[in-house]
Amino acid sequence: MLTFPPATGVRTLTHPLAYDSPDRPARPSGSAAPILSVRDLRVEFALRRGVLTAIDGVSFDLAKGEVLGVVGESGAGKSVTGAAIVGLIDPPGRIAGGEIRLAGERIDTLSEDELRRVRGRRIGMIFQDPLTSLNPLFTIGDQLVETIQAHLPLSGQQARERALALLVEVGIPAAAERIGAYPHEFSGGMRQRVVIALALCAEPDVVIADEPTTALDVSVQAQIIALIKRLCRERGTAVMLVTHDMGVIAETADRVAVMYAGRIAEIGPVAAVINEPLHPYSVGLMGAIPSLEHEASRLTQIPGAMPRLSAIPRGCAFHPRCDRAFDRCTAERPPLIAENGRQVACHLYGDAS
Amino acid sequence: MTQPPVVRVAGVSRYFDVSKPWLTRVIAREARLRLRAVQDVSFDIARGETFALVGESGSGKTTVARMVVGLLTPTSGHVRIDGTSLTDGGRTAETDRLRRRIHMIFQDPYASLNPRWRIEHIIAEPIRAFDLVDSKAAIAARVAELLELVGLHPADRSRYPHEFSGGQRQRVAIARALASNAEFVICDEPTSALDVSVQAQILNLMRDLQDRFDLTYLFISHNLAVVRHMANRVGVMYLGRIVELGPGRELFRAPRHPYTRMLLDAVPDIAAPGRSDREIAGEIPSPIDPPPGCAFHPRCPLAFDRCRREVPPLIDGVACHAAR
Repeated sequence: MLTFPPATGVRTLTHPLAYDSPDRPARPSGSAAPILSVRDLRVEFALRRGVLTAIDGVSFDLAKGEVLGVVGESGAGKSVTGAAIVGLIDPPGRIAGGEIRLAGERIDTLSEDELRRVRGRRIGMIFQDPLTSLNPLFTIGDQLVETIQAHLPLSGQQARERALALLVEVGIPAAAERIGAYPHEFSGGMRQRVVIALALCAEPDVVIADEPTTALDVSVQAQIIALIKRLCRERGTAVMLVTHDMGVIAETADRVAVMYAGRIAEIGPVAAVINEPLHPYSVGLMGAIPSLEHEASRLTQIPGAMPRLSAIPRGCAFHPRCDRAFDRCTAERPPLIAENGRQVACHLYGDAS
Repeated sequence: MTQPPVVRVAGVSRYFDVSKPWLTRVIAREARLRLRAVQDVSFDIARGETFALVGESGSGKTTVARMVVGLLTPTSGHVRIDGTSLTDGGRTAETDRLRRRIHMIFQDPYASLNPRWRIEHIIAEPIRAFDLVDSKAAIAARVAELLELVGLHPADRSRYPHEFSGGQRQRVAIARALASNAEFVICDEPTSALDVSVQAQILNLMRDLQDRFDLTYLFISHNLAVVRHMANRVGVMYLGRIVELGPGRELFRAPRHPYTRMLLDAVPDIAAPGRSDREIAGEIPSPIDPPPGCAFHPRCPLAFDRCRREVPPLIDGVACHAAR
């Protein structure tokens, strides 16, 4: 039976192996300063038939050790937000406005060379499909060592020790024997653990996890969720968890941002947003999810589907599907305002109501 | 349930030969490899009922669905529709007549509709194939009626599949199932490629149509919450066998097999945010080399000696030595 390694193996890594970062700014002592701060982010794709705005004015903060869930349906812009933060938007896409700050320092204006030192080093990434994020021609040990040496000034021997410790930490059984194995020799769940180890190589401050469990079975998904939560708790890594699965968010995240058509519809503590969602889209989304606990004869249905980027409605993008829409919703875009312990972008709340 | 079951699956098994080529085998002196995808699976489905098969990848649920619909022949066992075996005796007028009453909805609506056909052609295909109505005008009227039934506009008939979203395509697939006047519909993960709000639309539509036309569903899914929402009775599969079978309500309230319990524990649920970490261990083993005895024993907290030696039979809805 598989169990997580004892806490002793974990400790060795939380105190880095004979390595202390000279160029990394000291971790903020107070929890007040966010480790990652995104302000008015705007991502555009310039195509022949016009400019598509994939992300339009997204702002959020991520504190040290916090898990922020980003949820939404396909096309909501959640993955593009993650890609923008790590600077992986390829032309014709570009960041057209706003700023992204990592520990107070702007990273959206960095050159490709400078960005390469941030990406993987201070921001780790975990993608949906573990098979495509690993190179099938190299052993996982070689891939880990390469990544470690790209970011940290360690000798081959030290890097290998660190790779092994990481594999132990993410719960690969018999890590010492498996370090020389190729990706295809691992199951999906084990591969995703290797990808997590890769993301953690350089002890990043922030990890962007884009649908990390979507390709996995539920029992394996539960193990990966538990692993991500444990790593956040023990290392103080902040995680931006992008998923379409509200259940995963409910179990993992501290706060959740609900995205719709490139904007944040509602952002706040997980329990508040799930139990009493304010935005009509969040209300519909929660009601649409079948639950194991409650029995419903019918699921709440949101009519229609997410608009295409080329045809985002004027005013509030959700108004054609909203049963509480009124005149103002068709004309004016609602800003994110504080309401009942969270922020919501809807004309039903705030001064107007 | 006094009516005889519409579908009776009796002791069905299906093996796949995954051996290397003959010459390689001879040179390397390797034996044939057989993958036991489904072993000794039996269940009945009553008229108007939704029976769900749930399990993780590799548990054999799709293989069962393909055998019931006739896309695969069982290695052993029988599939009977209304008492007539479709699996032995070959093709007769009677089996042809029965096959018309079965239709399948596939997981990926992007792959299951012919991209070069217009929607009307796709929906009308079963009508033409089974000679259900004769005149062109009658076919057109039927297509329009079906489109409206599944919540699409009759004007959509002349469009192509690529013009539709995933949810709309799945509606077309459902319209096609209704076009053949099928009574028994096999749905293989019909909503797992869809977003949740669209999934809710499709699940609601499937329920409405079931009430209206007295449809019988065999519903295959890995999503326990969806299964709980849709099914009257549920079979939980693990490594090719049904480990627990029973009414949905009871099975979800008081799971008896340790695997069912583990699955239910593993599902993240929005009704219980921030649930404490659970101990979920291991992964589904390879069906080429399954563990001896009860296939679940390496992951089972209740396993004892007997579990390592003997395969537990499905008695009284549960296949477990420890559950009795």
